[in-house]
Amino acid sequence: MSTLPLDADVASAARAAAAAPRRFGALYVFEHRLRLARRTWTSNVVPALGLPILYLVAMGLGLGSLIGGGAGAADLGGVSYLVFVAPALLVASAFQTASEEFIFPIRLGFKWNPTFFGMNAAPLSPGQIMDGNFVYTAVRITANSVVFFALMVVFGAVPSGFGILAVLACVLTALSFGGPLAAYITSLDKDASQETLVLRFVVMPLTLFSGTYFPLAFMPVYLQWIGWVSPLWHGTQLARDATYGLGEPAWLIAVHLAYLVATFVVGWQLARRLARKKLNK
Amino acid sequence: MPQPVIVAEGLRKSFGEFTAVDGISFEVAPGESFGLLGPNGAGKSTTMRMVGAVSPRTGGTLSILDLDPDRHGPEIRSQLGVVPQTDNLDFELPVLDNVIVYGRYFGLPRALVRRRAGELLEFAQLTEKSKTRIDDLSGGMKRRLTIARALINEPKILLLDEPTTGLDPQARHILWDRLFRLKEEGTTLVLTTHYMDEAEQLCDRLIVVDHGRIMAEGTPASLIRQYSSREVLELRFGSDKNAAVAPQLEGVGDRVEVLPDRVLIYAEDGERALEAVRSRGLESLTSLVRRSSLEDVFLRLTGRSLIE
Repeated sequence: MSTLPLDADVASAARAAAAAPRRFGALYVFEHRLRLARRTWTSNVVPALGLPILYLVAMGLGLGSLIGGGAGAADLGGVSYLVFVAPALLVASAFQTASEEFIFPIRLGFKWNPTFFGMNAAPLSPGQIMDGNFVYTAVRITANSVVFFALMVVFGAVPSGFGILAVLACVLTALSFGGPLAAYITSLDKDASQETLVLRFVVMPLTLFSGTYFPLAFMPVYLQWIGWVSPLWHGTQLARDATYGLGEPAWLIAVHLAYLVATFVVGWQLARRLARKKLNK
Repeated sequence: MPQPVIVAEGLRKSFGEFTAVDGISFEVAPGESFGLLGPNGAGKSTTMRMVGAVSPRTGGTLSILDLDPDRHGPEIRSQLGVVPQTDNLDFELPVLDNVIVYGRYFGLPRALVRRRAGELLEFAQLTEKSKTRIDDLSGGMKRRLTIARALINEPKILLLDEPTTGLDPQARHILWDRLFRLKEEGTTLVLTTHYMDEAEQLCDRLIVVDHGRIMAEGTPASLIRQYSSREVLELRFGSDKNAAVAPQLEGVGDRVEVLPDRVLIYAEDGERALEAVRSRGLESLTSLVRRSSLEDVFLRLTGRSLIE
């Protein structure tokens, strides 16, 4: 009696068992992240609701009451400060969430609590592990941005009927910044507080100099380049196009979109490659 | 003779200039319990990672369940249970959830995962802890949970990398008991260890590895027979005197090994060897007759102790 058929069975059983993980592996990682989020959902939902209200009241109504009318309004393209700043706050909040989501869970999974190695010991591939984290963050940012957007509508900050497209700008901005950021965090080996440095010296300046609180053109020319390379500026302009019609030409809108998509794709692919290098030494 | 589940031939792995695994060959039969024994840095973990299809080999051939890990990583890993050297449980999830999310990585249906997770916690004696946070588990419990998690896909082969390193004796015995049960149920076990007693307890057959090469292969008993004597007499004359006394011990037993802290005399009958030493007028501070172990095999093969 031959023993070969038995082993052929084992190999074909393996092929059958790997079919689902090969196809849906990223979703299993996403599911893991959801299960984690469910345990801390109050600490996710409270800021998702609370922060937009605080920002809209403080910046839009508070600061806006100083700026409104006269020369100020002309500089803002004829809209109130609330209408001008609200879409920018929306995108900035997505940008902030992305900075945290693409730093800490990634660093955690590779180093501090190396769950990614466990996933990879199971059938999941390094690329799928990355993808699952991207999917989770995209979903989380979509949900947060929809809530934020609804509050903007309540505050009367969305004159245009196409305003909801601003949510898409949020997700694009988050991924555009998240791709390269995830790649950088994946490339880290030793702990040297690089996470804090990124938050202080990249995230913070980008938030201030990306035309969030005032038009980029108000900045000295030698500082405007920060906005041009910043996904936050491109995303903010798109969100303004959506919520009140900034009046940008179509080619410029195309540039914003292309820039966001390109930085995401390059960063994301690099992150997948680095993850493979790290997990499959 | 059933076809082996793992076949490695001339398996090599280099990291730049450094060769971690330098051409090792072995086979593992289904249901067998196979051990890689060696000191830290011998290349055991690297070998395990190649067998686990997460580390591409530099050279040689490797086949697991008749599949090539370079091309069929996910297929192979779908049939393995892996207990890594360092725990990678998710500290933010409770015990039961850790098993469930892990089961989902294999694409197993939720209901099935839930049912098996309950059974496995039972097996790992962790049912009462199912809602406990990982941080609140002892080292032994974490290892048991990692083993339970590794069994969620009913693996054909269970890979265990230093399963009891860092555990206290009681926790080790509980773990051995669980692993022995798996072995009785016919699970193929592949484990690395630098503990002799662990290898003797759990392995049907093992290879002794040092500097990425195989030094010897066989059952624990046959290795001891081949490379050591039945008994060992351990004598301590005081740290500065051991070497000085050694020449006077010549001819006692089969072989004399002088270590910095003690002298080992390999003999069929340890008590008789002790009498022979005393009859030469030599008095040691302490004397101990024990059965020969794999530690002695390793010492004989490499001239070094396993744990330094």
